Amino acid sequence: MSDFDREQILRTSGVDVLKCMRCGKCSATCPSYDEMEYHPHEFVYMVEKGQIDKLMASKSIYKCLSCFACIERCPRGVEPARLVEAVRLQVIRQQGKNHLRADDIPALLDDDMPQQAIVTALRKYSK
Amino acid sequence: MQRIGVFVCWCGSNIAGTVDVAAVAEALSHEPGVVYSTNYQYMCSEAGQNIIKDAIKEQQLTGVVICSCSPRMHEATFRKTAAAAGLNPYMVEIANIREQCSWIHKDMPTATEKAIILGRAAIAKVQLNAPLIAGESPVTKRALVIGGGIAGIQTALDIAEAGFEVDIVEKQPTIGGKMTQLDKTFPTLDCAACILTPKMVDCAQNENINIFAYSEVQEVKGFVGNFTAKIKKKARFVDPNKCTGCGECTEKCPMKKIPNEFNLGMDNRRAIYIPFAQAVPKIATIDPDHCNMLKNGKCGLCAKVCGAGAIDYKQKDEIVERQYGAIVVATGYNPIKLDKFDEFGYSLSPDVVTSLEFERLTNAAGPTSGTLLRPSDGKHPHTLVFVQCVGSRDTSGCGKPYCSKICCMYTAKHAMLVREKYPDTEVYVFYIDVRTPGKNFDEFYRRAVEEYGVHYIKGMVGKVAPRADGKLMVQASDLISNEQLHIEADMVVLAAAIEPDKTARSLGTMLTASMDTNDFFTEAHPKLRPVESPTAGIFLSGVCQGPKDIPETVSQASAAAAKVIGLLAKNKLTGNPCVATSDEMMCNGCSSCEKVCPYGAITYQDKEFRMPDRTVAIRRVASVNEAVCQGCGACTVACPSGAMDLKGFSNSQIMAEVDAICKM
Repeated sequence: MSDFDREQILRTSGVDVLKCMRCGKCSATCPSYDEMEYHPHEFVYMVEKGQIDKLMASKSIYKCLSCFACIERCPRGVEPARLVEAVRLQVIRQQGKNHLRADDIPALLDDDMPQQAIVTALRKYSK
Repeated sequence: MQRIGVFVCWCGSNIAGTVDVAAVAEALSHEPGVVYSTNYQYMCSEAGQNIIKDAIKEQQLTGVVICSCSPRMHEATFRKTAAAAGLNPYMVEIANIREQCSWIHKDMPTATEKAIILGRAAIAKVQLNAPLIAGESPVTKRALVIGGGIAGIQTALDIAEAGFEVDIVEKQPTIGGKMTQLDKTFPTLDCAACILTPKMVDCAQNENINIFAYSEVQEVKGFVGNFTAKIKKKARFVDPNKCTGCGECTEKCPMKKIPNEFNLGMDNRRAIYIPFAQAVPKIATIDPDHCNMLKNGKCGLCAKVCGAGAIDYKQKDEIVERQYGAIVVATGYNPIKLDKFDEFGYSLSPDVVTSLEFERLTNAAGPTSGTLLRPSDGKHPHTLVFVQCVGSRDTSGCGKPYCSKICCMYTAKHAMLVREKYPDTEVYVFYIDVRTPGKNFDEFYRRAVEEYGVHYIKGMVGKVAPRADGKLMVQASDLISNEQLHIEADMVVLAAAIEPDKTARSLGTMLTASMDTNDFFTEAHPKLRPVESPTAGIFLSGVCQGPKDIPETVSQASAAAAKVIGLLAKNKLTGNPCVATSDEMMCNGCSSCEKVCPYGAITYQDKEFRMPDRTVAIRRVASVNEAVCQGCGACTVACPSGAMDLKGFSNSQIMAEVDAICKM
């Protein structure tokens, strides 16, 4: 399960956790640091180790402000906030009903729905 | 028809692990012209070379194909082998079945097939090879050292010691380079000036050394042993033969507010200045951008006070042309600009300084006469935060991807010296890794921690925010205790990454010396030829080749000098006979080749020709200076009429190789 989750997180986020050189600048720059159980640098390391369950169960994923300071400052281009986002998405998906398959779209179409909404929904929920 | 011998090398398991060498030798034995084909474990070994020599003699071979590693590795070896057996060395061809075949394939049948094809191409080429004889050229017994820092100084001193003339070209008014700005040097903490300035004086006094300070190399032409360089001696507006360096002018000059480069702009100098007391040559220089006399024709005070009458406002730049046998690049480095690192607040507070600025703030000849004071208010700082890896090991595009190598040690030095001189201070060092691989280096770093109580914290600083009361709020992570720290600091010192001097890129182009993507000069071989550029006659000394500290720089400087001495000790150099040649009857005089030649080896001449109808016509045709031509082949590609050809790599030989590869 854990391996599958790990692969899923890596694919959804597009993050290469092996690029991390463990400097901790992400956590040094994080304005939400004190609110978080797991800090940005821990997200990177825990995803690398496959401890996705712990991350999914933690409130930390809702404490991230998505300010992207960690992405901006990371000297290696690791983008920790994308991992937080990916774990959040994983939780949403496992709650069910949030996943959209291309086959389901025709049934959802009606004249009032803007086409853009469907494209956006597909982009967000089809990962 | 040639009588060709094929020799397939195993290179231990390097080739034989992926290529069926016996099958290659067997398949190639059926190629036209091949009279002998064999394989052996190490062709480059003495036993392997003897197999080649014996075969040349016994089989009366006229051509040899060796299927082995890259020609860069052993072409010279095998050419010598052939020559020793009485065969012209240019009748040897190498098929690279290691780097271009066995190392990049995993599947044996595929690799074997490719090795056979590569061997076949080499056989097709050797069919058309003709014996070539290398010419000889004389060697000018003088070296040019570009850059007068510790690297250039050491190289020049060693070459001069061996009895050869050396010119040092330094763009600053004095030699000495970055080391003159340093306070103490790790790991022994001897003062930089105390160990450097005697060497600077040695340079000035050595009769074999000629210093062109405040000068730049403008143009370099020629080739190994025979370079011609144009050196621009920038006008100092001071006669170097009359100036005694007394400094009277620098005290009387009314232009007082010019940022002093030597102290990194932290204090001021005059428009006429001597960079520092131990400058070599100790001659005043007028800064034309700030001198009132030069700008508006009003002032002339320095000329009035100069007892030696050395001031010459009409002095012009002077171009000197000199011949050299070898050129040493020693252009050094600079710390990177920190404008892309807003988070550290470098541009927001004067109390956030780079490590080089910190050197000046602790140096007795610096702006604070060696007392550590905050630049903003001149008060004694109590809490100092050092940040390592600022822009080093940075692949985000803001900094440099490499490790700057010297920062761990100088930061340990700064931290230690601050604690020693001011025990009332708290000193924090934020590190990602502490890298101290050098003699007595790790012991030095441990002393900073264990004896001087410097707080080393594994983590990075994320933000430095200046507060209204003058404090600097440092937000950082402590990864070991998994905490975010908030420190009220008085000063923050940034260990900025180092980068090659900006002049390196244009110099590299001028010398046709290759560089890497970071503008460091590339060495001919990373392990076995570390102080030579791949371009013959160009040698590398110091940080221009890669980040290094003073001990390493001095070692490399002496190594480069040894290589230069080896070259200058020769009376003649054997040239490369694989040069371009023009068929004058086919040349249409279009100048295409002249324009693409990177070495300036092609000139045009008007020549008389007897035409087929027995008239005489004057035609403009290309002619190649074989001594200057490096055999790159650019002209053969550019020539629209097919008149240009390269000996040893003729168009027909290349096409024969292509045909052999395409033939299934």
